[in-house]
Amino acid sequence: MNSPEAMVTTDPVPAREADAALRVEGVTVRLGGRTVLDDVSFQVGAGEFTGLIGPNGAGKTTLFRVILGLQPPATGSVRVRGGRRSGHDVGYVPQKFQLDPDMPLRGRDLIGLGLDGQRLGIPLPSRARRARVQEMVEAVDARAFADERVGRLSGGEQQRILIAHALISRPQLLLLDEPLANLDLRSAQEVVALLARIAVEQRVAVLISAHEMNPLLPVMDRIVYLAAGHAASGTAEEVVRSDVLSRLYGHHVDVLRVHGRVLVVAGTGHDEHAPLDDGGDTSAPVEIV
Amino acid sequence: MPADLAAIIAPGFFSSSSVQLALVVGALVAIVTGTVGVFTVIRGQSFAGEALGDIGASGGSSAYLVGIAPLWGFVGISVAAAAVMELIGIQRARGRDLATGIVLGAGFGLAALFLYLGTISSSTTGATVTILFGSIFELDTSTLPLVAVLGAIALGMILVIYRPLLLVSVSPELGAARRLPVRLIGSLYLLAMALAVALSAVTIGAILSTALLVGPAATALQLTRRPGRAIVCAALVGIGVMWLGILLAYDSYTWPHHGWPVSFFVVTLVLIAYIASRVIPAPRKRRD
Repeated sequence: MNSPEAMVTTDPVPAREADAALRVEGVTVRLGGRTVLDDVSFQVGAGEFTGLIGPNGAGKTTLFRVILGLQPPATGSVRVRGGRRSGHDVGYVPQKFQLDPDMPLRGRDLIGLGLDGQRLGIPLPSRARRARVQEMVEAVDARAFADERVGRLSGGEQQRILIAHALISRPQLLLLDEPLANLDLRSAQEVVALLARIAVEQRVAVLISAHEMNPLLPVMDRIVYLAAGHAASGTAEEVVRSDVLSRLYGHHVDVLRVHGRVLVVAGTGHDEHAPLDDGGDTSAPVEIV
Repeated sequence: MPADLAAIIAPGFFSSSSVQLALVVGALVAIVTGTVGVFTVIRGQSFAGEALGDIGASGGSSAYLVGIAPLWGFVGISVAAAAVMELIGIQRARGRDLATGIVLGAGFGLAALFLYLGTISSSTTGATVTILFGSIFELDTSTLPLVAVLGAIALGMILVIYRPLLLVSVSPELGAARRLPVRLIGSLYLLAMALAVALSAVTIGAILSTALLVGPAATALQLTRRPGRAIVCAALVGIGVMWLGILLAYDSYTWPHHGWPVSFFVVTLVLIAYIASRVIPAPRKRRD
């Protein structure tokens, strides 16, 4: 793994090309006759924090399944740095995670399964294993609840445990599928702050999907915007523009920037204004936080 | 033996060879069902376990008809039923209840036929009671090696796939993301469950066999929050209710309507243990 110091001396653009934690090239996926992803290309540089933004049904989860190797694309390729595709190179935090409150599994047990859950046999007591689990417990600020049953933790606490579970095997890339979807605003902000910190500390590239980009704007290095199966990537300023997004959606959309928040609105030239970005933004264009 | 102890343990308890065999078989079976059962509860497959037991009745009764040990019948039919459930689609959440229910109905139909034929041919209902509700005191010593081997297979399977099984049971998505063969693991588990249910059926009967699979495990889940300890705990609770059940059944030969079924005591003790585990608050330890 390159240290940040070593990367400073190289030209940033070629360095990122060579070091890309994830390279998606021309990926097309058809499911049941429908083209879910259409020639999607982008890359995520080592250690970068990237948001995969798009409305529900845009193909974000499908794209994650392609990256995880669970959904073979019709055309195109996915390269994860390390390239062995053993499942060890990509950490994954699923969107749906519901456990019975009585499940006999503590937070730290689930984190430990991230280290050796794919191995056969029972886990033997090991000081090194315990120390590594504790290290991850502390990395995600989970000391207070790591010994509780996972099924009895709050959504935000479960997210932290799952992030530690995903990162304990030291992957190059961390995928999070809508981690903020079911969290209240404060928990969402805490998870975003934690992810931004951990991406640096653990030197892992983060690709986080969300249908609402605003909570992620302060921390995103880059954005991959997915709409109607098409993708555009770059910095938020480069991508979240009326001309770029209109091309993705296939019809005219307006991008409004209000008090540091971005709203993507279908502007057909008529009087209708249907938000495409998030149904939650319909009532008030500016959310007072 | 002191008089007060003799009041609890009736004379001859430990010297009776059928009691000794019952205690050994009961303990072996409880260890297997406790271990397998923790995953049954975690995976929410109690209904599938119940169905495998009920279907086992047809195997046990057909074995009785042809004159071989019922355990062979229980095992054969449970494993076959597990395979059919797998084919019908127990892996899909919606297919699960459907697959289980359809196979369950067919199995019970066969059991009804075989038990009817057995009753006709022997002019007694002994087989019906034995197959459906168990009779651990009437086991043949030749059953012991078979119980030990089948138990070791089921236990060995769980121990070998322990970590992947735990991970996919917690979240199939997390397992799939680590490239685990979620479906294969589920099939292997179903096979281990079929063996455990068959073993349980020879001790407390086909109908009641899930009580030993699910009861001690559900109790253990209340007592500990760690998966490994839950298994040990479930096995110990299982041995406890089994031995106490055997003891009480032995004692009951001196009670009115002497010779109450072991199964009655075992399932009642399972219920008591489970209620106690829910009512008595667990100590809130904060340690590793």
